[in-house]
Amino acid sequence: MVGKLLLRGMLVGLVAGILAFAFARVYGEPQVDKAIAFEDQQAQAAGAAPEPEMVSRTTQAGIGLATGVLVYGAALGGLFSLVFAYAYGRLGSLGPRGTSALIALLGFLAAIVVPSLKYPANPPAVGNAETIGYRTELFFIMIVVSIAAMVAAVGLAQRLWNRLGAWNASIVAGLAFLVVFALVKAALPDINEVPENFSATVLWQFRVASLGIQLVLWTVVGLGFGAVAERVVAVRDQRSPARRYA
Amino acid sequence: MSDTTFAPSYGPVAIPVRELLPWAIFAGLMLMMAIYFVGAEEGATSLIRGTYVHEFVHDGRHLLGFPCH
Ligand SMILES: [Zn+2]
Repeated sequence: MVGKLLLRGMLVGLVAGILAFAFARVYGEPQVDKAIAFEDQQAQAAGAAPEPEMVSRTTQAGIGLATGVLVYGAALGGLFSLVFAYAYGRLGSLGPRGTSALIALLGFLAAIVVPSLKYPANPPAVGNAETIGYRTELFFIMIVVSIAAMVAAVGLAQRLWNRLGAWNASIVAGLAFLVVFALVKAALPDINEVPENFSATVLWQFRVASLGIQLVLWTVVGLGFGAVAERVVAVRDQRSPARRYA
Repeated sequence: MSDTTFAPSYGPVAIPVRELLPWAIFAGLMLMMAIYFVGAEEGATSLIRGTYVHEFVHDGRHLLGFPCH
């Protein structure tokens, strides 16, 4: 059962990765190129020799990008299926498609949107090589705390469900999540390593493209996985195919 | 078949944790390793010598939101 879900999750993630790669090529790569052009121009102005290319730009923007996004997509789909395997049947009477869509929505918010509000994606040329360890640490701390706060918020909503009703319980849990986010955002140090004369437009468009790639991934996984999981769980739930889930 | 047609509507059945746990641990670790290689290998930390992995997945790393440069 879990194995079946896992395999399907990874396959749906792979499909999501292919679509996200197409999106990244069209909306992301132009911004990466502009950022690298800026980087080269800065290096030239400083009189530094151009950095030797170990991997050509064509490879980086083609097979390299595809590999990164597809592996990431398949891994995301697999992890998603494991979360689904736990959540399914534990979120009231929510069916497989509803469970999948809800995990995707809350997961996208907790793992992507909220961490990126504190530590947004940066194009090449933005960021100091010496602080990479520090920045990576903070980035992952932010993700872990945000996901933990979301899990706690869902638990809180479930506890309050019967007493307050679905709407009020969810609002209270959402507010609790926001309070935690505000505290963590204030507690963790800010990072701003954007060069002074870096184009604000390129930075903005790069970040929107980055968020767009994640939105493609999570939407395809959330909706696609629910559709394929429906057939797997129907057997266990002893549903006739004609009987639709809510 | 008629008995399934008229069976009462069953709710979703949860998967027992003891059935889920081995999958969650082993597959979960493997999948997180995969994300680590795309997102952070040869950046903040390095399991393999050199910078080839970093350079190869470089664009994906930036566009997926990981700290890179
Ligand atoms: Zn980089």
